[in-house]
Amino acid sequence: GGMAAELLLLLLLLAAGPGPGPGRAQRDALREELLLSPLPAGDVAATFQFRTRWDADLQRGEVSHYRLFPKALGRLVAALGVRELHLALTQGFWRTQAWGQPPLQAPAGAELWVWFQPTVTDVDKAWKELSNILSGIFCASLNFIDSTNTVTPTASFKPLGLANGTDHHLLRYAVLPREVVCTENLTPWKKLLPCGSKAGLAVLLKAERLFHSSYHSQAVHIRPVCRDASCLAVSWELRQTLTVVFDTFASGQGKKDWSLFKMFSRTLTDACPLASQSKVYVDISPKNKEKELLEVSPPPTSVHEAVVQGDKRTYAVYDLLSPLLFNTSRSLNVQLKWQRPQDSSELPTPVLHAQRYVSGYGLQTGEISTLIYNTHPYRAFPVLLLETVPWYLRLYVHTLTIITKGKENKPSYIHYQPAQDRRRPHLLEMLIQLPANSITKITIQFERALLKWTEYTPDPNHGFYVGSSVLSALVPSVIAMKDVDEEQSPLFTSLFPSSDGSSYFVRLYTEPLLVNLPTPDFSMPYNVICLTCTVVAVCYGSFYNLLTRTFHVEEPSRGGLAKRLANIIRKFRGVPPL
Amino acid sequence: ACAQLQLAVPVAVVFAPGSVSGDLPRPLPFGDVQETEIAVNQRTSVTSRYETVYRSTTAREEAALDAATAREADAALHLLQDASVGSLTVYVVPETSPLLPQGVSVYVGKHRSALVRAGGDLAALRTRLQQLTQVMSFTATSIAAALSDRVPDGQLGPDARRHLKSSLGYEITFSLLNPDPKSHDVDWDIEDAVNRYVQPVLDKLSLVANFSVDSQILYYAVLGVTPRFDKESSSFLLSAHSLPHVINPVEARLGSSAASLYPVLNFLLYVPERSHSPLYIQDKDGAPVPTNAFHSPRWGGIMVYNVEAPASPQASLPLHVDVDMVRVMEVFLAQLRLLFGLSWEELPPEFLLESPGNEGLADWELDRLLWAHTVENIATVSTTLTSLAQLLDKIGNIVIKDDVASEVYQAVASAQRAMAELAAGHLHSAFQASREAVTSSERAFFDPSLLHLLYFPDDQKFAIYIPLFLPMAVPILLSLAKIIRETRQRKKEPTKMD
Repeated sequence: GGMAAELLLLLLLLAAGPGPGPGRAQRDALREELLLSPLPAGDVAATFQFRTRWDADLQRGEVSHYRLFPKALGRLVAALGVRELHLALTQGFWRTQAWGQPPLQAPAGAELWVWFQPTVTDVDKAWKELSNILSGIFCASLNFIDSTNTVTPTASFKPLGLANGTDHHLLRYAVLPREVVCTENLTPWKKLLPCGSKAGLAVLLKAERLFHSSYHSQAVHIRPVCRDASCLAVSWELRQTLTVVFDTFASGQGKKDWSLFKMFSRTLTDACPLASQSKVYVDISPKNKEKELLEVSPPPTSVHEAVVQGDKRTYAVYDLLSPLLFNTSRSLNVQLKWQRPQDSSELPTPVLHAQRYVSGYGLQTGEISTLIYNTHPYRAFPVLLLETVPWYLRLYVHTLTIITKGKENKPSYIHYQPAQDRRRPHLLEMLIQLPANSITKITIQFERALLKWTEYTPDPNHGFYVGSSVLSALVPSVIAMKDVDEEQSPLFTSLFPSSDGSSYFVRLYTEPLLVNLPTPDFSMPYNVICLTCTVVAVCYGSFYNLLTRTFHVEEPSRGGLAKRLANIIRKFRGVPPL
Repeated sequence: ACAQLQLAVPVAVVFAPGSVSGDLPRPLPFGDVQETEIAVNQRTSVTSRYETVYRSTTAREEAALDAATAREADAALHLLQDASVGSLTVYVVPETSPLLPQGVSVYVGKHRSALVRAGGDLAALRTRLQQLTQVMSFTATSIAAALSDRVPDGQLGPDARRHLKSSLGYEITFSLLNPDPKSHDVDWDIEDAVNRYVQPVLDKLSLVANFSVDSQILYYAVLGVTPRFDKESSSFLLSAHSLPHVINPVEARLGSSAASLYPVLNFLLYVPERSHSPLYIQDKDGAPVPTNAFHSPRWGGIMVYNVEAPASPQASLPLHVDVDMVRVMEVFLAQLRLLFGLSWEELPPEFLLESPGNEGLADWELDRLLWAHTVENIATVSTTLTSLAQLLDKIGNIVIKDDVASEVYQAVASAQRAMAELAAGHLHSAFQASREAVTSSERAFFDPSLLHLLYFPDDQKFAIYIPLFLPMAVPILLSLAKIIRETRQRKKEPTKMD
């Protein structure tokens, strides 16, 4: 009897939880999640997601009292008429072929894309102002976003949140592939979290470990979402995500075992007291032929099964808000020890992946080649390809060829906007049908332009970056997918709209390219000045001497050296001198 | 940087029947003008000019003055005046008038008028009037504070630099700092409190500047100083000398205003951690500060809000706390007044001020602010344009675009108009003109085309041509040396001849 009463009390306490207090109902909520997925070759991907939902309409302007939603971003959204904002800062490149489909990929460097409200009259001005303010907030060089690297894609980037219309004139997209991401970008990102890095999952975000990794990507996504199922009111959602890939094999003395402490040099002790959900998911899907689940310690609070990106996955779940978790030990240190060292067989190659490179020789012309792989055994599907190429690579559109299985592949949709020198970049968008089990090769030739000497970057011999091209596709799933409850499924299933049960949305970024441009010898002007000045000065000197020298007849002197020598000899001989 | 300002204050002195002093120089109505010089520095002179009109009451004013209390009389008189911004009306009531309480000889109302008890001769009335006009318009110190960057350092009082610089707008941010969300679940109804207490004041102040108000809650934000534990009172103490170090670590979390360039006023409500409560602020003498708050000049204020410990130690955490917003807003509003330089100091003892009521601000206090801000704006414009002129003098080949030039012309014209309006006693239009002048001058000064780094400095041009100048200088220098040698020799030779 007593036992049951105690249990009931416990349940009641749990239900009350740390969520809204007894007073007013809170209109905002925070959910934090960490997904750990072991990758082949001993890498571990850790993805953090902090989701703040606010049941208020930021656009109305009268809202100015912030609780969990960061004030800096909220004011930005309200002041500049932003409908949707996606900013990602990435160091490194997600190797899709080796690591599989990423939960949320971003191109190397900085990527920013924004949908503005239809009420914004001067979108370019708002975009410029927005990038300047964001550059201040995140300590990134986003202020270098200008018309030469901004494009307006027509099809590739659709709003991810609630949207009434999709007039693409309200969209701006820019990538800065040169941007280097480091601690100074992480600190302001962490400052936006309600708990900072003081409690909850964010205590793991230690800069010295996060940047000692193969891939680091942090992002901010703001979008309006439906408040409830009836969707009569709007809520605003802020997602802060951070993905990092650790090479445990290299750092663990040849062992692929990992633990939270080994990766982050911290362990988890509590949930953020403001969070209504705080969970750690570990991907324990079977890797070997026997279909054995991976074993993690301590034992998880529950196990969750889901179909993610066309793949059946099993997750071990640790609920940090459950009091049972911290009963036995004060801290949570999730560990994975491989039973046999050769466990982790090959990862099945992802259905869609791509590669891009630049070819050609000399400094005049070149060729950009993109290879898109569809490894699906029997389904063909279309893919949207977005290329932005800076103006100083002049694309020859007539050389655009798309070849699949030795035959020409005509794209069903092409949007091409040619570049204008120093004004805007090339924009090429194509919808290409990828036959089942095929490789599609897209090539286009270009000519390198000559830049003015002030337009070169500080280290011009390093080369000039061309941003990643973007592939967006609805990839047919190999296995049937169930309709999942979006709010309950782990991580990112709900950022991209899921269509029917048979396919899932994938956005991939290719490698950024590094192209050499003809680079002048920058010391040349000074050399020329020095040389000509010297010549002029020498001429001037002799001319001056010629003009100012006075000639006069010199009387013969007392004799030269020979005479003096002769006199010395004569002195020795006792003969009178000459 | 040279400025002669004349501040004209229209004053009307109205004599109620039975209060006219016997030694008036002329029969009513008549007017006179009093000028005084306010010394700032050699190049800036401010003259205050009180243009006083003396008259007797009209019938309706007389009726209004028959009210039972001073407050009612003030309200009734307000309806009869068409008091423009900056003007003052003083009603002289008989010495035995029941309107003023015992011991009070001057009553300052909510609007732009005051009641003065008659008594003594005209000279006594004049000194009283002078005190009154200084309270209700400006004093030498308030003008000096407005011109603080022109006044030599030693001459300003400690309070002079507390006031906010004049600006076109201000952003007010209320932040609730909860360093310990595990133990305290703090909730404040800031939206209601702002609407109820802050907005009326800001509506009144909207004549002076644009205001925007927002609030945020910051968790795990700690003060920069660890408070000292006091065994006697079993509480924690923050001493006055450690307060300067409190703000810095908090400031990093507050976040800057991204979308505007206006100065930010921060008001922080700090709920101390459970392990550091209760927390009290001590003043210089070691006594606890009754409001448990302090302010930082030109920055804002901080208030410490202690949470009462729960009766039973077993109470479940987090403890829900509803902040008493009346108590908090009282302190913050007082600090806001202080930051705008609206404090009732140095008041003669026989003065009585009417409480401004819900608006938090009397009309004449607004005028005080306008006088100070107008003077400050004109001084700022003059400083900005002077430094712009200095910059242009320094770079000979700088390009001044037409729009920059027109902004400069407009700034000068507006500043001159502001000065003319001040001299004419039209405070409101003077203030508007001075604001326009500030806007134009700042726009001209911060125009991106006037960045001096855009222009190649002349000394570097010379360095580039050194390979030319150096070899060319060699033969010239050599021949110079030769000429000197020869003249010396020529001088020596004749002496040898002797």
